Amino acid sequence: MDQKQFDKIVERQTPKPVMFFSILKAFLIGGAICTIGQLITFFYIRFFPFTERTAANPTVATMIFIVMILTGTGLYKKISQVGGAGSAVPVTGFGNAVVSAAIEHKSEGYVLGVGGNIFKLAGSVIVFGVFSAFCVALIKTILVKMGVVSW
Amino acid sequence: MVNTFGTIQFKEKPSIASTGVVVGPMEKDSPFAASFDEILPLENEKDESYEQANTRFIEKACSVTVQKGREQMENIDMFIGGDLINQLSPTNFAARKLAIPFLGVFSACASSMESVILGSLLIESGNAKSILAGASSHHPAVERQFRYPLEYGAQKPGTAQWTVTGAGFALLQNHAKNAPIITHATIGRVVDGGQQNPLHMGAAMAPAARDTIERHLKNTNSKISDYDVIMTGDLGKIGLSILKEMFQDEDSGVILQDAGAQFYGDDSFFNAGASGAGCSAAVFFSHIYKQLKNGVYKRVLLVATGALLSPLTFQQGETIPCIAHAIECRMEKRG
Repeated sequence: MDQKQFDKIVERQTPKPVMFFSILKAFLIGGAICTIGQLITFFYIRFFPFTERTAANPTVATMIFIVMILTGTGLYKKISQVGGAGSAVPVTGFGNAVVSAAIEHKSEGYVLGVGGNIFKLAGSVIVFGVFSAFCVALIKTILVKMGVVSW
Repeated sequence: MVNTFGTIQFKEKPSIASTGVVVGPMEKDSPFAASFDEILPLENEKDESYEQANTRFIEKACSVTVQKGREQMENIDMFIGGDLINQLSPTNFAARKLAIPFLGVFSACASSMESVILGSLLIESGNAKSILAGASSHHPAVERQFRYPLEYGAQKPGTAQWTVTGAGFALLQNHAKNAPIITHATIGRVVDGGQQNPLHMGAAMAPAARDTIERHLKNTNSKISDYDVIMTGDLGKIGLSILKEMFQDEDSGVILQDAGAQFYGDDSFFNAGASGAGCSAAVFFSHIYKQLKNGVYKRVLLVATGALLSPLTFQQGETIPCIAHAIECRMEKRG
């Protein structure tokens, strides 16, 4: 049996995920997470002296706190199995990556274990997040200097 | 070179005198659960790391095996075993407590059969009378090493498999009474089917399983229908259908089975089924062993399949080379 025949068998036997349902589930889970975030934002604006702009920080902190509990109790993993990218892309996915790594590496101690590994998964989010923010800011600065757009 | 093409014939009839299988809490719903010796309620005790828990599972399975074989640990000539954790630490650490001469082996999930083959050879050569051989895996410890942190929410595709928490060991002796004997073994070749997806191990391992089964049949002049069952280790549901399609043999439909495909029944939570060195060891040394002992099966071929990847190699874009080791067991008439 040559490689081509084998590849054909593998392709035939491997079930393909139904794209439509995967996307729908990601939309619903991701949408639900964002709705909760929005409600928390309204809560901070309504009951605390925050504006729409400043309410983002406490909202993110609250969302990450909720995720911390969901991760510790093993629930976030179950949500993610359904939600896929819908639960990975919002800030909750980032929180989950940090918290799960911290729990995992506690057995190696707080400094080398937790400290050294906490950003094992989330590290690339920070690296590429900061880098892309830098690129966007650079482009905008140039455009502003050229007078194409204004701040 | 002696022209055996990797198939060894055992004339001294090394036999499996007893077996011991200890599994974790997720495995209690397995269709094989009734055959397991012990089902522990927790993956790890309080203040115990997953790796330490893996060690404890091995120690427990070994002592159960020796006890059931009515032997004393100090009378065992050698302990051969393997697991999936870096540097085989769980097995090494278990050997520290067992305090008998020890050989650590690694061929990923095929380690159980590699241990048994080496043990049988030692018995065949007359250098040992009692050997403890087997393998283990521990779900959380393996997840952490090969995949993501346990609580990280990564969506698993339908091709993914669930690593079994379990340890399976066998006591090999020469001329044990009323015990299945190991007549042949085929040592696997490393086969690479060009697969790169570490979450689709069945496809990666199927060519290795096929190569070993085919060589075994050829070297022993047998055909698939000569066996009551040919069981692979952990191809999973999809891997098994790939293997069956590769054989294109009308008998392969019923006779070819897979421990990983059956391990968790039809529960879709486990996707394509079970995997891990403990998967094949747990099924071969519990269910299959009992069926042989009770005379339900007369002749079986047990093929443990292992994917020889590491987290490093697949991130570096390498394909997944795989290996499969096989032993042929027979139950002769009682008397």
